[in-house]
Amino acid sequence: MIAYLTRRLIQAALILLGVSIITFALLYLLPADPVRQIAGRSATPQTVESIRQQLGLDQPFVVQYWRYLTNLLSGDLGRSYIQRSEVTELIVSRLPASLILMVGAILCELAIGLTMGLIAAAKRGSATDQTLMVGSFIGVSAPQFVVGLLLLYVFAVQLGWFPIGGYGTWQHAVLPSLTLGILGAGWYSRMMRSSMIDVLRQDYIRTARAKGLARHAILFRHALPNAILPVVAMIGIDIGLFMSGIVVVESVFGWPGIGQLAWQAIQRVDIPIIMGVTLVSACAIVLGNLLADIVAPFIDPRIKLR
Amino acid sequence: MKKYLASTVAASALALVLGLAPASADEKLDPNAKQGGAITITYKDDVATLDPAIGYDWQNWSMIKSLFDGLMDYEPGTTNLRPELAESYEISPDGTTFTFKLRKGVKFHNGREMTADDVKYSLDRVTNPKTQSPGAGFFASIKGYEDVAGGKAESLAGVTVVDPATVKIELSRPDATFLHVMAINFSHVVPKEEVEKYGADFGKHPVGTGAYKLGEWTLGQRLVFERNADYWHKGLPYLDKITFEIGQEPIVALLRLQKGEVDVPGDGIPPAKFQEVMADPAQKARVVEGGQLQTGYATMNTTMAPFDNVKVRQAVNMAINKERIVKIINNRAVPANQPLPPSMPGYDKNFAGYKYDVEKAKALLGEAGHADGFETQLFVMNTDPNPRIAQAIQQDLAAIGIKASIQSLAQANVIAAGGDKAGAPMIWSGGMAWIADFPDPSNFYGPILGCGGAVQGGWNWAWYCNKDLDDKAAKADSIVDPAKADERYKLWGEIYAKVMEDAPWAPVFNEQRFTMRSPRMAGDDKLYVDPVHIPINYDYVYVNDVQ
Repeated sequence: MIAYLTRRLIQAALILLGVSIITFALLYLLPADPVRQIAGRSATPQTVESIRQQLGLDQPFVVQYWRYLTNLLSGDLGRSYIQRSEVTELIVSRLPASLILMVGAILCELAIGLTMGLIAAAKRGSATDQTLMVGSFIGVSAPQFVVGLLLLYVFAVQLGWFPIGGYGTWQHAVLPSLTLGILGAGWYSRMMRSSMIDVLRQDYIRTARAKGLARHAILFRHALPNAILPVVAMIGIDIGLFMSGIVVVESVFGWPGIGQLAWQAIQRVDIPIIMGVTLVSACAIVLGNLLADIVAPFIDPRIKLR
Repeated sequence: MKKYLASTVAASALALVLGLAPASADEKLDPNAKQGGAITITYKDDVATLDPAIGYDWQNWSMIKSLFDGLMDYEPGTTNLRPELAESYEISPDGTTFTFKLRKGVKFHNGREMTADDVKYSLDRVTNPKTQSPGAGFFASIKGYEDVAGGKAESLAGVTVVDPATVKIELSRPDATFLHVMAINFSHVVPKEEVEKYGADFGKHPVGTGAYKLGEWTLGQRLVFERNADYWHKGLPYLDKITFEIGQEPIVALLRLQKGEVDVPGDGIPPAKFQEVMADPAQKARVVEGGQLQTGYATMNTTMAPFDNVKVRQAVNMAINKERIVKIINNRAVPANQPLPPSMPGYDKNFAGYKYDVEKAKALLGEAGHADGFETQLFVMNTDPNPRIAQAIQQDLAAIGIKASIQSLAQANVIAAGGDKAGAPMIWSGGMAWIADFPDPSNFYGPILGCGGAVQGGWNWAWYCNKDLDDKAAKADSIVDPAKADERYKLWGEIYAKVMEDAPWAPVFNEQRFTMRSPRMAGDDKLYVDPVHIPINYDYVYVNDVQ
């Protein structure tokens, strides 16, 4: 186990190093000059060059990257070009909001997805099953920008049940969590359905049925615990999907998380923030995958970590 | 109040060499205005910094004006200069020495009195390359600027503290725009001790002399401005509190305004909702329309064939149907025929420009040897409505045989292409268009039409360089005497007329501003479309539901 963990952690570090090199190189090659963004349109060429020197952007790529990496190892993500604040400070101040949204979204997708999958599996082949699966397909394919605005319009503007965007109370978290959750719910309902159908075909279920157990007892006591585990193990992998979703959803709902920060930074070519958010997201995804792999053997004893 | 007025008049009468009579800051306050109340403003993007030496976004521009003051300012809702932290000023006959008498009893938010040393410190700081101010170039006419900008000196030789209430600024050349420069945010006065205390984070902990002070700043969520009870301009501001909520999509902000949760959507009415709002009389009544110091134009790279031929450029000017483009953006603009916008001093309302005339355009192309047209590229920023506008231009050009392919890119990439001599044959300026830094005709020339801007990384995307016009511009800007302002504006009018003859741009429209406000917001309409305060003049607006 320890050997496995060590190996996986080294792999994770290498992946993050790779991500940092690729992102840094892509931003370096971008045909946009961050110094001119900082210097503004009225700056003289002299001012532009002076800022370039101070930021070390006149140095070759390797020198710039090496400096970034050494700062990174000491926990320094640099200073934002446009906001002129420490990137670490900006990300730390926004991370809690994104984490709350993540928890909310996972709860939503599990609650909706598992329920839909369970019902669909129990009523396999029926009209209910087909309706639910079409619904899940729509959930997977609907653009989150549209879903978000639609939920906002119906539940906040028309019905007034929730606040129109913003942050602060649990009510604020409902609609953005739901928007993110609907996409995940689509995936989970399909996985849950097939997992459940698999389990329902097993011999022990047939035995339970033969014993004359009630239908709901079979479903909930015997089938569900076995069907649900492989699905829940997917949550770790889900984080990648989540990270791409927050960029849109946080912007629509005015949710002050790192997705919104990233979106603004991309528009203004604020390279230190783009780098910082990319690395934090990459960390989350790598850790999520690692977690999913570590949890797997506990759920399914047939899987062994090697 | 009376005391200020008396001293201003006395100082003006005694001291003015050129007979300037600076307007007093003690204008009549709105008799209906009540003090108190709080409003909420929304913005989509984060507020970057509130450091006056650095902030250069349209969101923080007006915020900084409410936290800090400069020696000069504008009468609310107008482009008329008036002294602000200066009580009076005098200009030497040769136009190179400006002496400002400071207002007494002005205090920073930390309680310390502002003096001439602070003015000098602030100017030294903004020009110091270590500050990385995007506005440093505005101060280039001050004596000693080159040394400070080049890192050879820490202090501007031309700025002298005569006594705690007097500061003298010597210029290396006469500069008619200098009073405007003393009114832009970059020149606003900051206290040295606070700047040194916070260092690079001063922009997050701003301390000025302005009408409001920063109460709270939760990164990415909200900023709260509180009334500065010690503000030197007694009776102002009216509001007790302004909350800026950050990260709100314009469409969401509009919905919240309709529910009464927001007072002004800072990013304006979203284009998709514009017609709906204007079709509803109740909502339309709360929209204030005004001009903007902005011009949208298509540049033609005068160093690239076939745009090196003036006839081709004139043909393009005649080929573009501006009325149709204005309709595409729901009439949120007026068609333009010259670089200056109508609300800018020096605008020539009798100028005819190039009329829309497809036949004449074709004939001109023929004369230029391109009767069969040619292929070119039109660069455009990729956010709505700019690609749609570019398509309209593309169709108009196709009608005279020019096949333009559209290069729709992110803002930074279009700017980079424009600053490269061989980068972009044509650029539609939308989304990056020139908005004046200060209301003076010269501000539309230097960086975007003068030879100085036609350099690698510059903003003169037409790469237009006419040395004669540069000389004429320098001559116009050496007319410092405000009494000769009309003569100066006339000269600038001639410069822009010549620019249009050479046609490096096809001016297309001047955007109008539409500010929406909640029913409780009050004050003169012009405060809601103030040319230098976008979206609104925070110091002078008030609410009508306070007791």
